[in-house]
Amino acid sequence: MQSKEQYLNLYREYRSLIGRHSAPVMNVLRDEAHDELLRMGFPTRQDEEYKYTDVEAIFAPDYGINLGRLDIPVNPYDVFKCDVPNMSTSLYFIVNDRFYLKALPKVALPEGVLLGSLKEIAEQYPDFVSKYYGQLVDTRSNAITALNTMFAQDGLLLYVPKGVVVEKPIQLVNILRADVNFMVNRRVLIILEDMAQARLLMCDHAMDEVDFLANQVIEVFVGAGASFELYELEETTPRTCRLSNLYIHQQADSNVLVNGVTLMGGTTRNTTRVTLAGRGAHINLCGMAIADSHQHVDNHTFIDHAVSDCTSHELYKYVLDDEATGAFAGKVLVREGAQHTDSQQTNRNLCLTRQARMYTQPQLEIYADDVKCSHGATVGQLNEDALFYMQQRGISHAEARQLLMRAFVGEVIDEVGLEALRDRLHHLVEKRFRGELGKCGDCSVCK
Amino acid sequence: MLKVSNLHASINGKEILKGIDLEVRPGEVHAIMGPNGSGKSTLSNVLVGHPSYEVTQGTVEFNGKNLLELSPEDRSHEGLFLSFQYPVEIPGVSMVNFMRAAINEQRKYRGLAPLAANEFLKLMREKRALVELDSKLANRSVNEGFSGGEKKKNEIFQMAMLEPRLSILDETDSGLDIDALRIVAEGVNKLKTPETSTIVITHYQRLLDYINPDVVHVLYKGRIVKTAGPELALEIENRGFDWIKKEVEDN
Repeated sequence: MQSKEQYLNLYREYRSLIGRHSAPVMNVLRDEAHDELLRMGFPTRQDEEYKYTDVEAIFAPDYGINLGRLDIPVNPYDVFKCDVPNMSTSLYFIVNDRFYLKALPKVALPEGVLLGSLKEIAEQYPDFVSKYYGQLVDTRSNAITALNTMFAQDGLLLYVPKGVVVEKPIQLVNILRADVNFMVNRRVLIILEDMAQARLLMCDHAMDEVDFLANQVIEVFVGAGASFELYELEETTPRTCRLSNLYIHQQADSNVLVNGVTLMGGTTRNTTRVTLAGRGAHINLCGMAIADSHQHVDNHTFIDHAVSDCTSHELYKYVLDDEATGAFAGKVLVREGAQHTDSQQTNRNLCLTRQARMYTQPQLEIYADDVKCSHGATVGQLNEDALFYMQQRGISHAEARQLLMRAFVGEVIDEVGLEALRDRLHHLVEKRFRGELGKCGDCSVCK
Repeated sequence: MLKVSNLHASINGKEILKGIDLEVRPGEVHAIMGPNGSGKSTLSNVLVGHPSYEVTQGTVEFNGKNLLELSPEDRSHEGLFLSFQYPVEIPGVSMVNFMRAAINEQRKYRGLAPLAANEFLKLMREKRALVELDSKLANRSVNEGFSGGEKKKNEIFQMAMLEPRLSILDETDSGLDIDALRIVAEGVNKLKTPETSTIVITHYQRLLDYINPDVVHVLYKGRIVKTAGPELALEIENRGFDWIKKEVEDN
């Protein structure tokens, strides 16, 4: 039996239960998603897009899945005592895929801003949510997103009305919590109307020593002149598999920054698809991965320069130790007529051992003649001359390596717009490289 | 302080040093001169423990310790310093973090507590003034985007911070204009104490006008072929190396 069958059967059997515990806006898309998954099946290593991440194998095991929305005995406030220090964020939790409603922090968001359970907001404002929900996803070509659409029952919605500025960064802590091997289908919908501004930090944590499969889909609508910063920090366990599909749609003169950090995980596959749909839109897409042991990190990005005068900047850096593998594929499409596109892509990687493997694939497709596009990819080792220079000054070989590795990823951290988060990331990266990062239940973000 | 006996060393199987004997006592300044390819930089690299070089014979004693047994960082901790001919650029590592790590590892080796942040910064300021190193450079990444002169000043600045017992200046004069040369040389002279020693490796007399050697050696084909007082450097300045080469070939 192909691994898709168990999910299709599960859906057919529990279709009404799933629907009962979700919102009609979300339910109307399920059947079609089911049919698409049935037609496509999961991608295999033969698929160019999934050459280095074996999705079929990821979905093959039998995971528990909480379709009946049974209560999960956890109080995240007990686990996460504080947020990133000095960041004074508005802090929210999602336990598995459920927005944690109890004891919301008493932080006043600006008037008109909606932040909360996707399911509840979709029940309250069905007409509004249906205009956005499922509109950016590619369920016809992406089986992972199709599966998410078929099963997702809740998650987060953030809505910032026209011209409203959310000053305080919003922090969302995703907690994976289960007693058996467990699958989570989390859904996030973010809508910024024209001239709106917001910054969101999402951290992923796994609390238990079970196999987690976290399948997340995020849709982001950014209106004209709006500004959005999204920081993602994965700090889970070697037994966690994270699949993330992030879709961003930008209107004219909008400005988006995405910075995704894989600090600790098992298997990670992040797919980011950005459409620059209005003139003057800018995306800054950054990411870094630190992996050792048998960890695997795969980042796929696709930037669609659909109209003229847009800019995109991309920087991804990997540090791979032991037998870790990394993959990066960055595609930039400049459509006909998308003149004055300015696109720059950089992927730099360190392989610290002979066994570590990095696969990198920049890809430019340009159908306009007056554009500026560049890309560069390197895979290398630590600079021996620099190591020796530091040793001559009395810095031990091990410490010199630490300094060089931190310097290497520091460039990505410098792209973080929140000073407190930047400091925190420097600290966490140092701990990670020293092997002092506690297991996730300790949540080092919050200590 | 330093006693090198019958030192042989090779790189990639090719023997470069073919039996060096050299003794440097506390307070002395030695100049090592010689034509290109004679082994001057190899000697300094071997002394500081560069991993590309293999010592095949001989001994090196430094303050009573077997230098060849020590790691490069411990050689530094014991008080050996090399001013690099080509200082390395290290993007992303700030001068401050680099120097703090160096100072604190040295202190750890000597059983001292790490320097408090304000003491450290005060020390940085003091030593920076010694070589007139721009404070802006101290906030930048190590050597990144520094001019040739700034890199050499930065070497002497690091020397001032680490207070070595024996400093090897490898072609520190190369690529310096006359003002930078004077500042660098004055820096070295200010750091000089009766207990510390210096080995100056150079092609030319120029630097030796400022840093006066007690002893001048000529290195040729991996051996020290001539040793004399400071007058030897002047003679080389006037007559070049050919007469020495000829002497060697004739013997």
